[in-house]
Amino acid sequence: MLKTDNTSRNLCIAFVLLLLVGLILPNWLAFLTTIALAKAMVVVGLVMLMRAGLVSFGQGLYYCLGGYTVGIAGQHLGITDAVGILFVSAFIAGCLAALLGLLLCRYREIFFAMLTLAFSMILYGVLVKTSELGSTDGFNVAKVTLLGWQPSPGQLSLVVYSLACLVAFLTAFFMHRYYQSGMGFAGEAVRENEIRVEYLGVSPQRVVFIKYVLAAMLAAVGGSITAMIAGHVDPEMAYWTTSGEFVFVALLGGTGHVVAAFIGAFLFEVIRTIAFDLAPYTWQMILGTTLLLVIFFLPKGLWSLLKAKKVGGNNV
Amino acid sequence: MDTLLVILIDGIVYSSWLFIVAAGLTLVYGVMKILNMAHGSLYAIGAYSAASMVGWYFTNGYVPWASYLVFLAAAILAGAFAGLLIERGLLRVMYGRDEVVMILVTYGVLLILEDVIKLLWGVEAYFAYQPYSLVGRTKLLGITFANYDFVLIAAAVVIGAMLWAGLNRTIQGKLLRAVIHDRDISMAMGINVKRTFFVTFVLGSALGALAGGLTAPALSVVPGIGIEVGILAFAVVVIGGLGSVGGAAVGALMVGIARAIAVHTYPQVELFVIYGVMAMVLVVRPQGLFVSTVARKI
Repeated sequence: MLKTDNTSRNLCIAFVLLLLVGLILPNWLAFLTTIALAKAMVVVGLVMLMRAGLVSFGQGLYYCLGGYTVGIAGQHLGITDAVGILFVSAFIAGCLAALLGLLLCRYREIFFAMLTLAFSMILYGVLVKTSELGSTDGFNVAKVTLLGWQPSPGQLSLVVYSLACLVAFLTAFFMHRYYQSGMGFAGEAVRENEIRVEYLGVSPQRVVFIKYVLAAMLAAVGGSITAMIAGHVDPEMAYWTTSGEFVFVALLGGTGHVVAAFIGAFLFEVIRTIAFDLAPYTWQMILGTTLLLVIFFLPKGLWSLLKAKKVGGNNV
Repeated sequence: MDTLLVILIDGIVYSSWLFIVAAGLTLVYGVMKILNMAHGSLYAIGAYSAASMVGWYFTNGYVPWASYLVFLAAAILAGAFAGLLIERGLLRVMYGRDEVVMILVTYGVLLILEDVIKLLWGVEAYFAYQPYSLVGRTKLLGITFANYDFVLIAAAVVIGAMLWAGLNRTIQGKLLRAVIHDRDISMAMGINVKRTFFVTFVLGSALGALAGGLTAPALSVVPGIGIEVGILAFAVVVIGGLGSVGGAAVGALMVGIARAIAVHTYPQVELFVIYGVMAMVLVVRPQGLFVSTVARKI
């Protein structure tokens, strides 16, 4: 029996609700939500790769690239239009990913993870030694404008918040469709058995390549939004602990559904904020323990909790 | 000529240090197929234990020369104990999971250990320079080198030799190699694989901590030293081929010399060079230098 898939409708409702809630959210919560949405963008890409059986420990590379694109465009080139920059950073990340992807699509498992990690550490190494871009301190990002309108500092966070909501909504909407497309299913087939995929006449290399480039573009957009709301970028964005955090969030949410990444990201930010507030010396320990508990008790992430209720639901 | 000598010695010293850190990591991977992200934290535990031991030892004014034994023993014991806790308390219940999941498990351990270290030793820097200055300096072709650096080289050679002999010349080593080669067949032949795992992990942790203990006198021990070291050891191990001790030695030499060349000629590219070497090796030999390519299974 086929069940109707209400995801698209539910996503639209969630989007409108998020926008409305944005008007009354206190500043800190709006900030937290924006960061969570931005990170969720990276995680959505990561989850897409994970569904194909690939774990990238270097999404920080594109996250950082996106952030620095915003910074450099604003500070050095005088481009501050938020929407325009998002396109530019996605384009730049896409180009770099297309180049690295040619190489990476031949790698699997732990070697894929290690090579992506190496690339992100190369960017980190370059940025740390580039004094023009502030070395380890990074630099502040110019305030963004929206289609020629300069929001006042008070309005800025609301503008970026709404933008993040819109981008996240579009991503979730299309990614959900993508998962149900031939290309989306090809990913899972690659994870299950690559050689059979080849026999079916599909190139696993091409599947992985396309997913890698898409994931990179998403990560760059996430990085750009983070830079816009935080107003600052530093090389830490490319450090391997940042990339590890994304994998953590992906695991926390689970790979069962596109929304899982957003739930995971939001919960992660909440846990971290609370842990940091209550226990400034042991917040990492709390995060680590959470990670271990999730791996042990919920190997398919928090999403498996939601899905357990829907017995016989279709497997999307 | 002078620069060449400095590059060579610096490179070898750095390589020795890298090798000691990486040896434990690659051993654990070879036997257990766990890429231990928390290896750097074990290194940090070793460094902190050694540093506080040195501090205690020298304030009490015991025989200076015996301090080496004491602080290295402290590092090894602390590392072995931490390894024991991690294996018994956590890894044992996680065996059989996917390699990538195990990376995440050890990532969780890394997060926890980072805070445990801060709780135990605080956030202030520890200095343990006494063993470093104790051995003095040598003038070689007009350039002064700290003798402690040569101690480090000697330690690396000794550890490498012991590992080689242990793996190739003893019964236990033979069993270990059997497990590395094929876990299932070894189990079928009656090898207690679980115990092999336990011993290997404790040994690997002790090696990581020993590396930390050995470096503690040469630098200030501060929070976060493990994070960077862990990732460096990764690069080395991946270059040599995961699970290959000989590969770790060659990887350490490559990275060490490449870094020394960069530091003395064009310091801006220091970090770039290390990961550049790693990326280049992986491009040419995806499995690393010393591991043969595995056939794809259908």
